[in-house]
Amino acid sequence: MHEMALCEGIVEIVEEEARRRSFSRVKTVCLEIGALSHVAPEAMKFCFAAVAARTIADGAVIEVIELPGVAWCMACSRSVEIAQRDEPCPCCGSYQLQVTGGEEMQVKELEVD
Amino acid sequence: MDCGADPAGLKIAGMSSERTIRIERDILGKNNRMAADNRARFLTDDLLVFNLVSSPGAGKTSLLVRAVSELKDSRPVGVIEGDQQTSNDADRIRATGVPAIQINTGKGCHLDAAMVGEAYRRLPPLKGGILFIENVGNLVCPAAFDLGEACKIVVFSTADGEDKPLKYPDMFAASSLMLINKIDLAPVVDFDSAKTIEYARRVNPNIEVLTVSARTGEGFAALYAWIRKQAANQRRPVGDALP
Repeated sequence: MHEMALCEGIVEIVEEEARRRSFSRVKTVCLEIGALSHVAPEAMKFCFAAVAARTIADGAVIEVIELPGVAWCMACSRSVEIAQRDEPCPCCGSYQLQVTGGEEMQVKELEVD
Repeated sequence: MDCGADPAGLKIAGMSSERTIRIERDILGKNNRMAADNRARFLTDDLLVFNLVSSPGAGKTSLLVRAVSELKDSRPVGVIEGDQQTSNDADRIRATGVPAIQINTGKGCHLDAAMVGEAYRRLPPLKGGILFIENVGNLVCPAAFDLGEACKIVVFSTADGEDKPLKYPDMFAASSLMLINKIDLAPVVDFDSAKTIEYARRVNPNIEVLTVSARTGEGFAALYAWIRKQAANQRRPVGDALP
């Protein structure tokens, strides 16, 4: 359950931002999660509620912007979208892919009060 | 974009202080910063560091016991062991005469950079040597956490099932080397080496592959040659600058 550790990371980020920008309540935490990153958005939502309890982020809603997996196909020399790491190039079927996007795990913005 | 933020942090009566703050911060930012600190320290100490990952039971510890026994006379070697509980693995390493620090993660499913930084401080000086970090046996979570290592080595056993790279792609994508261990068992378990390598390269076209048996010692000479190559690569930037 590394999602717990990641959610603790989110709460720490929120607490630091709260000190820096003086807000006292967080309504929404907006995350950007890539399709090829190490977490499933649903698991993050589930864990966050538990980890955020009794912190400044208690009760905050997690919103997730899902980013597509993007890879450079070395066989057909073009950028293609893939949903999973074991997928071949949708154009030529090659597995010679270099992942170029979709590994993001970021706190993008906070809606605060 | 900072909608409606007042820089003085003042609240004005009658006006809502509700606002959206764009922060764009990496969730793993803190771990990654600590991993960068570890990496800088390892480079300063001219230390080659490998992060060994696998499912439980693939043979990481047996492999390390043989490797550190055979490497310790030619250079300083140390081990950081990660497990939920017990110091069994560190005890096995120490029995070879090589220093080992055991990290018990309790409920944790992976090592993180802070744990490794702290454990490294407790090891004797290893300047110019090799540090092996044996991660918690888990093919999922440790993939996400950089520890400051030169690279990850995924240990796969012939009894694991050929499709592990497809089932746990993140770990095989994050690793530079796949060590196929327990090759002496291959005939008994009808292991299909070609299929395993094909699956691993579907998720990571660049992954290198070596075949070993921690029990018989088969393949270890090639592993040590690979380690020497990594050491040469790590030192190259410094070496090139010298006359």
